[in-house]
Amino acid sequence: MFHFSNIVRTKGDPQIIEAGPTLKGPADQLARALGWFSIGLGAMELLAPRRITETLGMEGSETLVRAFGVREILAGVMSLSVDKNAGLWARVGGDGLDAAALLSGLTSDNPRKGNIALALLLVGGIAALDYRAAQDTKPRRPPPRAKRRLYHDRSGFPKGLAAAKERGKSLINHATAGVAS
Amino acid sequence: MKALVWHGKEDIRCDTVTDPEIQDPRDAIIKVTSCAICGSDLHLFHNFIPGMLPGDIMGHETMGEVVEVGSGVDGKLKKGDRIVVPFTIICGECDQCKRGNFSVCETTNRKRYLADKVFGRSTAGLFGYTHLTGGYPGGQAEYLRVPFADATHIKVPEGIPDEQLLFLSDIFPTGWQAAAQCDIEPTDTVAIWGCGPVGQMAIRSAILLGANQVIAIDCLPERLSMAEAGGATTINFETESVIARLDELTDGKGPEKCIDCAGMESHVMASQPDTLLDRAKQMMMLESDRPHVLREMIYVCRAGGIISVPGVYSGFSDKLPMGAFMNKGLTMRTGQTHVNRWTDDLLRRIEEGEIDPSFVITHTAPLEQGPEMYQVFRDKRDSCVKVVLKP
Repeated sequence: MFHFSNIVRTKGDPQIIEAGPTLKGPADQLARALGWFSIGLGAMELLAPRRITETLGMEGSETLVRAFGVREILAGVMSLSVDKNAGLWARVGGDGLDAAALLSGLTSDNPRKGNIALALLLVGGIAALDYRAAQDTKPRRPPPRAKRRLYHDRSGFPKGLAAAKERGKSLINHATAGVAS
Repeated sequence: MKALVWHGKEDIRCDTVTDPEIQDPRDAIIKVTSCAICGSDLHLFHNFIPGMLPGDIMGHETMGEVVEVGSGVDGKLKKGDRIVVPFTIICGECDQCKRGNFSVCETTNRKRYLADKVFGRSTAGLFGYTHLTGGYPGGQAEYLRVPFADATHIKVPEGIPDEQLLFLSDIFPTGWQAAAQCDIEPTDTVAIWGCGPVGQMAIRSAILLGANQVIAIDCLPERLSMAEAGGATTINFETESVIARLDELTDGKGPEKCIDCAGMESHVMASQPDTLLDRAKQMMMLESDRPHVLREMIYVCRAGGIISVPGVYSGFSDKLPMGAFMNKGLTMRTGQTHVNRWTDDLLRRIEEGEIDPSFVITHTAPLEQGPEMYQVFRDKRDSCVKVVLKP
């Protein structure tokens, strides 16, 4: 990407000679891939639900598929944001809902039950990836009860807080002297 | 040279880049001796502010030694001078600069056509802060080109450590301006939301400007402890009701002056449902800012009071209670900091030992560790409040 931005950079401004290492790991790349996959799948569910229900032999469930499409898009957008961990956990939950919906269509009279079994296999595989990515992108913030350093000794006033307050008060009283309140 | 370069969302790297060159007679080049990561750099780290391009050098809190000057600097700087670089680039000659409104200098934004479209009128060029404000390379680097260097500098004396002077570049005058534009009176209570580095400076500024009571609001113990050390009464918004506590501390009247040092990335928590809604809208690009603090300030501020906003907002905020704002006769003052308006006075206060801004530094690291320090600062790991980098 920076090769393009080097071209448009103002002449004389520093340009990248050699990029340093990124702190983004495979988990971030997986989260990004799953985010875009989620948006793509969601768009398909939203725009072509009939095609999906026909493939699965679950005609009549188009509204449910559309709703799942909206859910997929929202989870995808979240997975691409700085709150990707929440988005990935939303996807893990969504995988559960997908599996439940597919299982409800796995009846003996469904001529397409083979497709449902295949879909269940796919959902299982993607759920494993979602779970892995969610685990690996856990925020590294300290837990709420973690021991923190306290800075009670950092007033910033070399002559002491009392002297600073006194100086502030004397200045403001001088500045406002004679001003009607 | 080495520099911290933006490559995309949450992707800042320490790259090798070409050295800066004199582009204009009014330029100077400095060898950076200290630079810092600012809370507003995190908005860029998260890609919440549009206008960054891969390859942009970060950083707008910088100081160093002049190593080269252009022919038009006119004797105002010479090789070897020690300077702090204000984050706002100023020409010193336009109508706004002459009025002291340096952060809205009409000359220095070299991409003003972008700012004119987005903001209606262009503001000053800023270092390392998107192409909306000129796309100038920032100072988290070994060298920095300072445009309009004859005006854009604060000359500082030898003998005072970098750590005491560096914050003249941004957070100290920003906290000071936030308090100064409150027109503090001797009986005033000043409430400050956000105890990050700017919040800490605003607390000390309000004390030095004679506030009767300063109240600081945050949720992190290390920041609240630092606020207490600076003379503030603290409220932990995770364990207490901000409104109820402010009422209690002001005899039910509310603070006369409110300062928002949190800005567009307000803390998101389930007990404040508006923050959840804002975060969801922000993710869907339906809203750019999370203005919970603004809403709370407008609600709790004493009628006729002043709201000061040094915290950065980037675009659009929803559900602001304009009815309360108007009917209570509140005044809002905001803006990027007119750094050079304040720095002569603030430098004198440092020299006289009235204040030592280095109290806020909790982490110092080499420039090469900058990318890791962005994460430490963002995640508030290791009780981090402020990071200084040494190239």
